[in-house]
Amino acid sequence: MKISKSPWLLHYDASSCNGCDIEVLASTTPRFDVERFGIINTGNPKHADIMVVTGGVNDQTKHVVKQLYSQMPEPKVVIAAGICACDGGIFKDCYNMSGGVDTVIPVDVYVPGCAVRPEALIDGVVKALAILDQKRDAMKNHATCEVHYDNAGKGES
Amino acid sequence: MSSRSVIPFGPQHPVLPEPIHLDLVLEDEKVVEAVPSIGFVHRGLESLVTKKDFKEMVYVAERICGICSFGHGFGYCDAVEHIMDIQVTERANYLRTILFELSRMHSHILWLGLMADAFGFENLFMDTWRIREKVLDMLEAATGGRVIFSILDVGGLRKDIPDDMLKGFLPVLKDIEKELAVDIRTFLNDGAVKSRLCGVGVLSAEEVENLGCCGPFLRGSGVKRDSRKLGYAAYDDIDFDIVTSTDCDTYGRTYVRANEILQSIRIIRQAVEKIPAGEVMVPVKGFPNGEHMTRLEQPRGEACYYVKANGTKFLERMRVRTPTFANIPALTQTLQGCELADVPILVVAIDPCISCTER
Amino acid sequence: MEQEFRKVSHHSILSEVETLHEERYRLIQICATTVKEGYEILYTFGKGYDEVQVKIHTDPGEHVQSISRIFPPAWLYENEIHDLHGIEIDGITLDFRGGLYRTKVKAPFSHETLDNKEGK
Repeated sequence: MKISKSPWLLHYDASSCNGCDIEVLASTTPRFDVERFGIINTGNPKHADIMVVTGGVNDQTKHVVKQLYSQMPEPKVVIAAGICACDGGIFKDCYNMSGGVDTVIPVDVYVPGCAVRPEALIDGVVKALAILDQKRDAMKNHATCEVHYDNAGKGES
Repeated sequence: MSSRSVIPFGPQHPVLPEPIHLDLVLEDEKVVEAVPSIGFVHRGLESLVTKKDFKEMVYVAERICGICSFGHGFGYCDAVEHIMDIQVTERANYLRTILFELSRMHSHILWLGLMADAFGFENLFMDTWRIREKVLDMLEAATGGRVIFSILDVGGLRKDIPDDMLKGFLPVLKDIEKELAVDIRTFLNDGAVKSRLCGVGVLSAEEVENLGCCGPFLRGSGVKRDSRKLGYAAYDDIDFDIVTSTDCDTYGRTYVRANEILQSIRIIRQAVEKIPAGEVMVPVKGFPNGEHMTRLEQPRGEACYYVKANGTKFLERMRVRTPTFANIPALTQTLQGCELADVPILVVAIDPCISCTER
Repeated sequence: MEQEFRKVSHHSILSEVETLHEERYRLIQICATTVKEGYEILYTFGKGYDEVQVKIHTDPGEHVQSISRIFPPAWLYENEIHDLHGIEIDGITLDFRGGLYRTKVKAPFSHETLDNKEGK
C-alpha cells in the first residue's frame, strides 16, 4: 500500500482513563514511531486529517468532540481508540457515560483493547489512511462529498 | 491602564494530554485569577459498586487511571484486605512493591517527557519516552499488560513472577540508570531548561501544607513526608531516602521527581535481593463487612482509598481521593500572578492526572 | 491495626475541626457516603504520619457547615459532595453552586436520584 500524503493526527480524550491516551502518545515516540509515515500529532483541529478519540463520550465532551470534528477540513477520518471509545467499555453502566464515540460523530476505524496497544493503533492508522485516500478520490470525482456525511451523528439521542 | 480579559484554556489544548478547563483572567500578560472547571472525564465509576461485586471492582479500580493503575488496584485491594483481615504473603508483598516501583518509574519518566514537551524541548521528550519503553517492557514481561496490568486480586497476586525474570530486571535497571543520567543532567543543569523552571510557581513549605498538597509537589517545597514510610507492602524492610528540595519552585519539583526514579531503582534492587519464596495468593472466603481507609504514596502523591462494606457481595461505597485532586487548590494558587506563557508549565508541574481526579 | 472512626454530632463539627486546626492537623480528605436514612460525611485529618477520622451523620435536606474557612482546600471537597451527593453545604469560600461537576444525572448519589432509579 502506498501512503501518498503525510496525514496529521488530532488526539482528543473524551473521557478515557489515560491508559489509551498514553499509548496514543507512545505511538508517536521512538519505539513505535508513527512519525515515520509522516504522521505528526498536532493540537490544532484545522491542521488535522485523522482524529483519534479515546474514551467514551459524556454530556460535557459531546460538544467538544462535535466541534473538533466540524473544525477539521475534508476529507477526514475518525479512529475510535480503545474499547471505551468503541462502545463505552467497562464504564458502560456508569451514570455519566453516553456510550461510544459513534453516538456523536461517524467513526471509520474501531481499534479495541484495554488499553489499546500501540501496534494495534498503528494498524488502525494505516487502515484509516486507506479510507482517507478513498475519500480524497471520491472528493476529486464528485463536486462535494456531503453525501457521505448524511448519517453523521445518527445515533445521537 | 490595562484592562482585564478572560481566556479559556482547554479542554483541548496542545500541551494537555487530558482535558481540564481553566478560565484565566488576564491583565495584559499576567494571570490574576484562575478558575478551574472539571468534569470532562467524569464517568461516575464509584457508582459501579452496586453493579460489580467486590472482586470485580479490582478491575474498575485499576481503570481509574491508566498511568497509576497499579497503585489504584493496590490501594483498593489493601483496604478490602484490611476489612476482611487477610494477611497477604511476604512474597506477594515484595512483588507488589517491585511492581509499584516500576509503575512509579514509568510515571515519573513520562512526566519528565511531558514537562520537556511543555517547555518545547522535543528531543528530550522523545528520549525520555524511549527510555520509558524499557520500563514498560519489564512490566509487560511480568504482568502481560503495558499500562493496565490486572495482576492484582484481593488476597495477593493472580500469578507469580519467577525469580530469574526478576534477576533479569537488574541489568535493564542499570541500563536505564545510565541512560537516564544524561537526560537528568539536561533537566537539572541546562541553562535554557533552568530558565523555564527556576522561580516559576513558587510555594513555600508553609503554603503547601496549608493548601493540602501532596507528593513531589510537597517535597519540592522542602516538606519531608512520603506515605511509603507508613510501611505498607514491603516498604518497612527496605531502605530508601525521601527526596526533598528547598527550591520551592518547578525546578525543585523536577529535581524531586528525577531523583525519585533513582530511589525506585534502589528499592527494586533491594526487593529483588531480599524476596522470599512462597505462595502469592491466600484464599479469600466470605464477603467484607466494615470500613477502612488506606493511604499510600502514588507517583503523584498521597492517595486515599475508603471502602465501606456491609457483608454482602456488593460494597456500599468505594471512594478514592487522588493526589491531583489534592493539588488543584495549589495549582490555582501558583497560577495567580504568573505569565500566560508559563501556564502550561505550571499545569504540567502538578503532574495532572485528570481521569484520576474525576473518576 | 484497627482504625477509629470517631462519630460526632453534625452541629459540633466546626468546633471539633477548629480544635484539630489549633493542634496543627492538616486536612487529608472529605468524603460522603449515602447510607440508609441520610448521609455520612467522613473527614480525615493528618499530622505527620498520624491520622484522625471524624464522622458526622446528616439527614436528607439538612444543611452542613462548611469547614473551608478553617481549612482552605476544603472548598474542592465540599463542592464535590454538593454536586455528587446533593448535600447542601453553607459558607463554602469558593462556591461553584453545582458547577464543578456537570453530570448527566443531577446529584447521582443523592437519595432522591437513587429512589427514582429504583422506582423505574
